[in-house]
Amino acid sequence: MKCGIQLAVNGEERRVNVPPMKRLLDVLREDLHLTGTKEGCGEGECGACAVLMNGELVNSCLVPALQANGARLCTIEGVSTEGRLHPIQQCFLENGGAQCGICTPGMILATHHLLDKHPTPTLEQIQEGLAGNLCRCTGYMRIFEAVQKAAEAQHAI
Amino acid sequence: MPEHDQIVGTSPLRKEGRAKVLGQAKYVDDLSLPGMWHGATVRSTIARGLIRTIHFAPEVDWSEFAIVRASDIPGENTIVHLTKDHPCLATQEVNHPEEPILLLAHREKAALLAGVASVRIDYDELPGVFTIEQSEQAVANNDAERIIWEGSDYGGTANCFKQYALYSGESGETEDSLAAAFETADYIVEGEYHTGAQEQLYIEPNGVIAECEKDAQGNVISVCVQGSMQCPYYLVHALTLVFNLPEGKCRVIQTETGGAFGGKEDFPSVIGSHAALLAMKCGHPVKMIYDRAEDMAATTKRHPSRTRHRTAVSKDGKLLGCEIEIALDGGAYATLSPVVLSRATIHAPGPYKWPFVRVRAKAVATNLPPHGAFRGFGAPQSLFALERHMDKVARVVGLAPEELRRRNFLATGDRTATGQLLDEPVDMERLLERALDESNYDAKLARFAEENRSSAIKRGMGIAAFMHGSGFTGSGERRLNSVVQVELLPDGRPQILVSSTEFGQGTNTILCQVAAQSLQIPYEQVVIAQPDTHMVPNSGPTVASRTAMIVGKLVERASTHLLDTLRAGSGLALSHTPEQFTKAALAYLDKHGSLRCSARYEPVRPVEWNDELFHGDAYPTYAWAVYVAEVAVDLNTYSASVTRFDALQEVGRIMHPVLAKGQIEGGVAQGIGYALYEKCVWKDGRMMNNQMTNYIMPTSADLPEIHVHFEEVPCVHGPSGAKGIGELPMDGPAPAILNAIENATGISFDTIPLLPEDIFVKVSGFTNPEHGGSGELDPDRLGEFLPEVNA
Repeated sequence: MKCGIQLAVNGEERRVNVPPMKRLLDVLREDLHLTGTKEGCGEGECGACAVLMNGELVNSCLVPALQANGARLCTIEGVSTEGRLHPIQQCFLENGGAQCGICTPGMILATHHLLDKHPTPTLEQIQEGLAGNLCRCTGYMRIFEAVQKAAEAQHAI
Repeated sequence: MPEHDQIVGTSPLRKEGRAKVLGQAKYVDDLSLPGMWHGATVRSTIARGLIRTIHFAPEVDWSEFAIVRASDIPGENTIVHLTKDHPCLATQEVNHPEEPILLLAHREKAALLAGVASVRIDYDELPGVFTIEQSEQAVANNDAERIIWEGSDYGGTANCFKQYALYSGESGETEDSLAAAFETADYIVEGEYHTGAQEQLYIEPNGVIAECEKDAQGNVISVCVQGSMQCPYYLVHALTLVFNLPEGKCRVIQTETGGAFGGKEDFPSVIGSHAALLAMKCGHPVKMIYDRAEDMAATTKRHPSRTRHRTAVSKDGKLLGCEIEIALDGGAYATLSPVVLSRATIHAPGPYKWPFVRVRAKAVATNLPPHGAFRGFGAPQSLFALERHMDKVARVVGLAPEELRRRNFLATGDRTATGQLLDEPVDMERLLERALDESNYDAKLARFAEENRSSAIKRGMGIAAFMHGSGFTGSGERRLNSVVQVELLPDGRPQILVSSTEFGQGTNTILCQVAAQSLQIPYEQVVIAQPDTHMVPNSGPTVASRTAMIVGKLVERASTHLLDTLRAGSGLALSHTPEQFTKAALAYLDKHGSLRCSARYEPVRPVEWNDELFHGDAYPTYAWAVYVAEVAVDLNTYSASVTRFDALQEVGRIMHPVLAKGQIEGGVAQGIGYALYEKCVWKDGRMMNNQMTNYIMPTSADLPEIHVHFEEVPCVHGPSGAKGIGELPMDGPAPAILNAIENATGISFDTIPLLPEDIFVKVSGFTNPEHGGSGELDPDRLGEFLPEVNA
């Protein structure tokens, strides 16, 4: 059984016909060909598949398609504008926040969400805000620095 | 542009970084080929036994599946590493849980789960051995039923893949001189140390896509595998045997790789061969991507270890001699265990001057999935044992841990345990002084000792001093015989051609820095090719902290060769602008059509190494380090946490400060996980917690501030003076942390991972007579039992 799902993905109205329990992660990757969202564990532990759904950070591997019906979604593909890096992306790039890159899309969306809530986050708020996104490469220190620099950059705008 | 000589040592943007932050980098699961099918593996559900029958459930339409059995393999049924004991698919017997038996492919990925579940395999079970001790006992008792491995053409004996003995000495190399050292000792200190398995836990699981080309008779004429991996030419070699094809007919392409840490060194030979066999069988490209649970249960991990130390020491703290016995659990097949064991053996005596050393080491067989490469490659195990033991020796002698180490450090002009002359500057004393200074060690030690008296949270400081050899061991680099090329693209930009892979550590970036500096052009003007074995030469595997130093040096030489050619052939001046370089490059291409310059490995200095005696120049050079951990142990919850970490190292010249810091911080984080969080729970050889939910790696909320400090001493072996850096930071954190926990609590723990329940058991064992404790220690009074630390 399939059903029609309406999504606003990165500001664009999209309609897909998928089984209602299909994971949002697979809808994004397979039906919408947005492969920037990654699968790391499939059980909501690693955050590689994190996207913003109606402004909230969710693990798209745990969201059935039907639940996302009518939702506003932001994936990594929607963070930059016309090929220009968002300040968060720029700061990850400059400060060594991305190593192997597989956690990076989810990490950048988690940062986006964190800075929406806490425009000037403390180190503790950063640590807590990113605790659902695992990174095996960096030991997180470069990421913390990237987030702090991104917060400063956003204030400068 | 910056002056050319300033490119190495600056931090230009990671070459593939823009694609990564945009989410545009293509990992293997992001790729799809026309008509592609999906593959899956039917695995053993038991640890050891004989396969009796295989049932395919009748309700499934098996005609829709491609099924590969061992009998379908056109070449040899082996995944070759050092020897051929490891089958590609099990035939009559299985030797570990999750051993591959059959392969299935289907056009719909969703059909595979049910397909795998609809194959039932009946076995005649055989007894298994699951620990180092059980494996040894079977041999000691001559228990034929439990001899699970018999030896191979690469050596080995019953249940033992490899044994080494390393003897060293200033004036002799005999058991007698060692015995004499122990006779004259004021103290003899013994200890036994254990480390557990550790999962690499790259966030992108193992995965590949394979294609297979057949002739009209249906014979395979070529295979091509692309995927997540460290060592494309290792997979080429594996495929040549499985398909009985020449090297040129086995093409391997590395796609963007989402972390590896050694876990994608040898394992891609397994999944790559499997996917290619399925592609052969079904006639379509086949994608195989493991899910997390399968990746954790079935692929390699760090070898569990047991290390025994017996040390002779004088009353003024001079180390007189040591006997070290190492045992690694290799799992069911030899795979890389002999090489891991070799690095464990050579690193076991550490950065100390020993008049006499004897290391005896072995890798034993058990019915666990084969253990394999993981950052550090044997050194973290033996350095954990050594650096815990050094604290024990210090305590017995009555010296502070740092003072005992200071009195015994190797220094310039000394010889290591393998007899290697340290003719480059080595200054461990300076590293120690600075590490203590940066971490505010003395002041904190005193403050914590005072505060601990009245607090249930016990705080402490611990150090570890260690080294890590850069590059392959002994004559390994000579054997690898690596080649690097630099060519001109049609637009005049230089392109680096190497099989060395990027998986986060920064290969692309640093090699482009080296080329840019040698060619005296901006970093942005240099390009690096995707590793595709049909396009790039074999620059060796991306392992062993060898890429910056060994491959970097080859890139430097090939680039210099290219520059000299342009100077001679197109009149490029000794000093040139980027535009003049491009102009000269285009003029050269116009006249000659192409330009490609090669460099083949040559040792910077002659390497003398005896593989039999384990004597000589074990590595071209070593990186040196002193790490300091600050911990807090909460005796209400029994949890230990690291509250600050200082990592000081000498890794030659720093090529890229941001990447270098990232390497150290990431390694320290994995080391903290190794010490305090990451426990593989085994039952009859099967990993029971093969999920991220119950195998716990550090999150952003678990880690302390990690302070990274470098002493820069240029090294002759690497480009611009660089050494290897990647593995070093994995070696030091675990012993430093457990030393700090002993400093905090007065209780000695010698096994990692150390979880709260382990601390609880030992603390309650000490304190509660009902639990067999002596009643000597009261948790509230533990501070009073702190060891004297400033003797």
